[in-house]
Amino acid sequence: MAYSEKVIDHYENPRNVGKMNDKDNNVGTGMVGAPACGDVMRLQIQVSDEGIIEDAKFKTYGCGSAIASSSLVTEWVKGMSLEEAAELKNTTIAEELALPPVKIHCSVLAEDAIKAAVADYKEKQDK
Amino acid sequence: MDINKNYFEFIGLPVSFHIDQSALADRSRELQKTLHPDRYAHLSEREQRMAVQYMSFLNEGVATLRSPLLRAQYLLQLNGIDTMSESSTPIDPMFLMQQMELREQLEDIPEQDEPFEELESLQAEVSQMLVAFREQFAQQYQSDAFEKAAETVRKMQFLEKLIVEIERLEDRLDG
Repeated sequence: MAYSEKVIDHYENPRNVGKMNDKDNNVGTGMVGAPACGDVMRLQIQVSDEGIIEDAKFKTYGCGSAIASSSLVTEWVKGMSLEEAAELKNTTIAEELALPPVKIHCSVLAEDAIKAAVADYKEKQDK
Repeated sequence: MDINKNYFEFIGLPVSFHIDQSALADRSRELQKTLHPDRYAHLSEREQRMAVQYMSFLNEGVATLRSPLLRAQYLLQLNGIDTMSESSTPIDPMFLMQQMELREQLEDIPEQDEPFEELESLQAEVSQMLVAFREQFAQQYQSDAFEKAAETVRKMQFLEKLIVEIERLEDRLDG
């Protein structure tokens, strides 16, 4: 299957690969997985007191589309408010990366990951 | 012979996760003999087509029943649960965390002093986990806890994928 240029670019030069301390109070961690293909994705955000995402990191074990989707999301969410980030739609990701129908689930995984990270951060603040 | 039967019935084995592999091999050999194209060469085109259909059903069935993961997925499918095509299902975060760590461990192996030993011990660890999940699945399936059994199958899918990755690295280090 042919990957789009954008997917290849993110796959070969993934942005923001790494790990934050998930114990930190200003860090939210989203862990998601796709059992059908065995992909695992971790997406983390570092949030300012004003509720703005200052930094984002990811680590994905999966196919090129899954890596590209999560890499793209970490780029996009920097500077966003938590609300904006939580509203990110997989269709926007899939469109930007020109994912074929069989790879749409990779963008869904990235959407789930950022939502989970935001939820994890909020849960920490409520404690 | 009837391809509307399920694979277990078609091959002649009890519907169960625990399966007698030698009985499976024996039964599949017998059926293969019965279905051999040579025996149908003198029959009508329609009957020959049927035989080809039976043969492909048999091959699919044997492949499904031989593999613990495919067998587990098939048993759930017979009970109306599709674990093969679903892409986004909430998975226990602790389990995912562990999967992430195991994959990070695998990724670091090429830089280790004794990569083959590390690889072997990781493979043993993952295989052991898989065996435990298979046992868990068998119990859940037997007690009709199909949703729980589906959760276990999903975990098995991640571990099977990891085994493939481990084998891939092994090949790379060998080569």
